[in-house]
Amino acid sequence: MDLSLNEVQLMLQDSVEKFIANDYDFETRQSYAASKAGYSAEVWQQFAELGWTAVPFSEDDGGFDGGPVEVMVLMQQFGRGLVVEPYLANVILAGGVLQRVASDTQKRDWLLPIIAGELQAALAFVEPQSRYDIANVVTSAKKDGDGWLLTGTKGVVLNGGNAGLLIVPARTSGAQSDSDGISLFAVTTDTAGLSRKSYPTVDGHQAAEVKLDNVRVDASALLGDVDRGYETLDAVIDEATLAISAEAVGIMRILTDKTVEYTKNRVQFGVPISSFQALQHRMVDMFTACEQSQSLLMWATMVNAERTDEAKRAVSAIKYQIGTTGKKVGQEAVQLHGGMGVSWELDIAHYFKRLTAIGQLFGNADWHLDKLGV
Amino acid sequence: MHVTFTDQELAFRDEVRAFFRDKLPDDIRKKQQHGVPLDREDYIRFQKVLHERGWAGINWPVEYGGTGWTSVQQYIFATEQAEANAPDVIAFGLKMVGPVIYTFGNEEQKRRFLPDILASNVWWCQGYSEPGAGSDLAALKTRADLAGDHYVVNGTKSWTTLGQHADWIFCLVRTNTDVARRQEGISFLLIDMSTPGITVKPIITIEGEHEVNDVYFDNVKVPVENLVGEEGKGWTYGKVLLQHERTNIAGVARSKYRLRKLRAQAARRVRGEPPLATDRNFLRKLAAVEVELKALEYTDLRTLAAVASGKAPGPESSILKLRGTELQQAIDELYVEAAAYYALPYVPDQYVLGFPEAERVGEGAETKTSLRYFNFRKASIYAGSNEIQKNIIAKHVLGL
Repeated sequence: MDLSLNEVQLMLQDSVEKFIANDYDFETRQSYAASKAGYSAEVWQQFAELGWTAVPFSEDDGGFDGGPVEVMVLMQQFGRGLVVEPYLANVILAGGVLQRVASDTQKRDWLLPIIAGELQAALAFVEPQSRYDIANVVTSAKKDGDGWLLTGTKGVVLNGGNAGLLIVPARTSGAQSDSDGISLFAVTTDTAGLSRKSYPTVDGHQAAEVKLDNVRVDASALLGDVDRGYETLDAVIDEATLAISAEAVGIMRILTDKTVEYTKNRVQFGVPISSFQALQHRMVDMFTACEQSQSLLMWATMVNAERTDEAKRAVSAIKYQIGTTGKKVGQEAVQLHGGMGVSWELDIAHYFKRLTAIGQLFGNADWHLDKLGV
Repeated sequence: MHVTFTDQELAFRDEVRAFFRDKLPDDIRKKQQHGVPLDREDYIRFQKVLHERGWAGINWPVEYGGTGWTSVQQYIFATEQAEANAPDVIAFGLKMVGPVIYTFGNEEQKRRFLPDILASNVWWCQGYSEPGAGSDLAALKTRADLAGDHYVVNGTKSWTTLGQHADWIFCLVRTNTDVARRQEGISFLLIDMSTPGITVKPIITIEGEHEVNDVYFDNVKVPVENLVGEEGKGWTYGKVLLQHERTNIAGVARSKYRLRKLRAQAARRVRGEPPLATDRNFLRKLAAVEVELKALEYTDLRTLAAVASGKAPGPESSILKLRGTELQQAIDELYVEAAAYYALPYVPDQYVLGFPEAERVGEGAETKTSLRYFNFRKASIYAGSNEIQKNIIAKHVLGL
């Protein structure tokens, strides 16, 4: 057992830290979030050049041969920098599916361009009725000659408006919530019958509602085996859950640091408000939440990197942890900043909104506690 | 002690219910239903409807044009108002500066200001907080220096809610710096917003709306007759006003309405799925908030009864602010939970009347839930942060 990062991981951490410090201050981030695409294409290209878009993929696939630990290192820093570039949607979610089940040809067509920073992709795993159940798929795929016809509605598709490629889970057999009978399709967004409504999300990212109206795709669009898509989805969502948990821990930490700093400088009643014991204890609770979350994150990441028996439960454990303490830390950071905490102008509000969004992604605290309880 | 309404009270309830059904403008009701922000004219229109019926001054004494209602009548009115999707009145005139003027103002001020407040001819805003004076309000630095027949006001007020709409502002200002206690040098001043030297600058809040402002005063001349009560006594008047504000802030009727609406929403099926109302986790949380809210409802009623029997709301009113805002925020969180992924979209454009339903993002969900959740983090900060409320209870109620 060894809880330290290795040399390569430390270099990765160092390079992201430097990027955030030198090229990604809060005002810059806000300008990217406010742009039409909601992120910077230039920055994305920089991510590719620095090799970050290759991190979770194997060398055979043209990747960096990283895994959950390297993703954790990256995402924690992205959290600190409040990065809006669609790393989660594009690399972790869409790339994650392609890495697992795409054929060599499909990888050449889709995964390599993602790694090269040339293609934006998205995974449409939510439907209006599905809440957090990724097996709840109504969108259907019916055989049409040697191809398929896709019909249905996908909701809150992260990065869906920018994506040139959508990965669409569709039902090829079984009932609405069966895990068997889901197949995955790669659909380019210029395909006839596909329409999108793109919008910003509350955390400065972007998403889209997607309608598929008899969208015809060739046999080559099928990713992996027919009816066997759920296992892939489940594994990718677990990996993504770990990734955003790392992002959340990065945010919780910087919110705690900034809150401690603010209370030391904010003078009321003739003294810094940090001198009030009632507030000190609350900041101690924030700090404790950060440390506990960091510890759980490291454990969850390691058992997933090494695929031990605890891997699946660990994902739910860390998501429950950041779902509860992330909410608490976010709310406390806002409260202790007073009116400044609810101002658009300050970064605190935006960290809090991102934490809130992360809390909603891939199952909230209750959803994961239920999984742990059985 | 009995909990049911008397026949008289039931008749009053029917009267209020009919009033809101017949007189509340339909477009305002619809805006409220759909979470569309009301504009200045909407509020004024609504408040004038209340005034025509003689119901603008809910908690005002009859001699100043108030209703003179019992506490139970006030409670019934608030309940029907929430159930009818009627807005709240803007508190600054009717619930804040009005009571200060009829309690501490001179006859000339009462004659000059009260009728326009009741009739909503004048929009008031509040000049209390400053960049350096939030929880520690007595640290305020905005000065009013006497120069013959007027004061010269200099300084900055902050977090001024809807100040962009205001015709007048009531301010706590420092008229004397040479005092033993900081509170003693503070006066209560009424200022016409059109006076030269006043600048209003928007502050955008967390959810992206323009609700609050900074108000700058640069050598603003204010006639001495706009001083309320005695110079140096503004702190006392302001405290009374804050206690009034805090009793209004519990928002019990509105919270009850929102909880019921949430239960109804949770019972709906989206595309044939079992409704959220079959999720025991969610139901337990909903039930817990309902119990807490019931308790607050009766704490509120007890406070209202004390006020109606002639007592000013005391420091106990801090409980109402504290628990009222905590419960508002707990309900906001439940709405966010209920929305699942549809708490994410940020599409304020669709909150206008007549937006085509088919183009709305968030089928079967309330997509404004998280915006409300973010915005209402302010509730535990404004009107004396909840930490300050605890200090007040500790010091003035428990004597600690």
